[in-house]
Amino acid sequence: MTIEWGWFPDHADEMARLTADHLATAVPAVLLGLLIALPLAVLAHRIRPLRGIILGASNILYTIPSLAFFVLLLPVTGLTRTTAIVGLTAYTLVVLVRNTVEGLDAVPVKVREASAAMGTGPLRTLLTVELPLALPVIMAGVRVATVMSISLVSVASYIGYGGLGQLFTDGFQRNFPTPVIAGVALTLLLALVADALLVTVQWLCTPWRRGTSRQRTSLRRKAA
Amino acid sequence: MLELLKNLAAWLTSPAQWSGPEGIAARILEHLEYSVLATLAAAVIALPVGLLIGHTGRGAFLAVNLSSFGRALPTVGLVTLVFLAGGLSVWPVYVSLVALAVPVIITNTYAGMAAVDPEVKDAAKGVGLRGHQVLWQVELPLALPLIMTGVRLATVQVVATATIAAYVSFGGLGRYVFDGLAQRDLVQVLGGAALVAVLAVVADLALGGLTRLLFRGRPATAR
Repeated sequence: MTIEWGWFPDHADEMARLTADHLATAVPAVLLGLLIALPLAVLAHRIRPLRGIILGASNILYTIPSLAFFVLLLPVTGLTRTTAIVGLTAYTLVVLVRNTVEGLDAVPVKVREASAAMGTGPLRTLLTVELPLALPVIMAGVRVATVMSISLVSVASYIGYGGLGQLFTDGFQRNFPTPVIAGVALTLLLALVADALLVTVQWLCTPWRRGTSRQRTSLRRKAA
Repeated sequence: MLELLKNLAAWLTSPAQWSGPEGIAARILEHLEYSVLATLAAAVIALPVGLLIGHTGRGAFLAVNLSSFGRALPTVGLVTLVFLAGGLSVWPVYVSLVALAVPVIITNTYAGMAAVDPEVKDAAKGVGLRGHQVLWQVELPLALPLIMTGVRLATVQVVATATIAAYVSFGGLGRYVFDGLAQRDLVQVLGGAALVAVLAVVADLALGGLTRLLFRGRPATAR
């Protein structure tokens, strides 16, 4: 298999456009996923009977193949970007809900009680105490969800909204490997950069955790 | 919408659709063949590696990062690439499916091994077990539930992704999805997709049942 290096400079514009396109599908999917997963996870955490139902439902969503998901959505949302975003969002839910519940579970009861004893209401305790403490585990989920979404966007190329996945279809149809290699490499790179960015965001958001590397490793192991 | 569902039900229940070499039954068998062989091959590769990393503690960095690399690697791109490199054979299908499953199994096997209480391992050594005995008699049984979770996750992903076989002109349930997309036949597309989804759920439940059967009588923590 030979790579035609000349293809790259000639198609820089196209690659940039497809990368932007790729992100325009993956990023909203993860954000939407978070928006749905957070309240669901809080419900699952606070109301025990709902826990099994919520976690089970998100697990089942995950079992449905991504291609099938996009296709099953076609009658509802049509051949649009929405289809791709909704499909990916459903996919992110399993990781996001599970990690958020686990993160909230891991907050020591004493911390919650201390917060309540100081006269803080349940909502404020949730927002200012529990969620920040659960953030490392939640962020671990966000990282997995982001990397997964970025990789899965290319599946949406079958319905025409695959971002860098268009390069796969293009190379396949013309029997020309170079764009496929470019697509795989760019997808990997994009996932890597997004992951590194999220690590930085987490570091910035949790100033109290810096320096205790041993604790961090043990928590990260738990999150994985 | 209702019309579509009616057509879909008709497509799925028509006896003619189920029989013959192009029928649903044959496609399910093809799909299962790809899925089972790929998952088995992945397990044969990944289990020893995961056990070794977990037992020796060496290469943990690799095990952890491999999973995120595996998640990031686009399967559609991989299958296209191997296809363009190797020409028309069933190899691209297996290579991509195995590449999809291996990281999942390695990471979960490693995680299972890493979760074994070090004191238990010390105790095993204390009563005179050798390294390999500790591995087979203590670490492996304790790590099995998490290892099975990994195999289960990998299986679901493989069954779901085996649709790509049709993308490179082979069989399986993906055939309906891709043929349907090409022919603008939404009923066929939906039928194929629904069948894949059901197959994935069934595979997951079957392995879940198997796991529960294997670990009957174990404490709840070792689910």
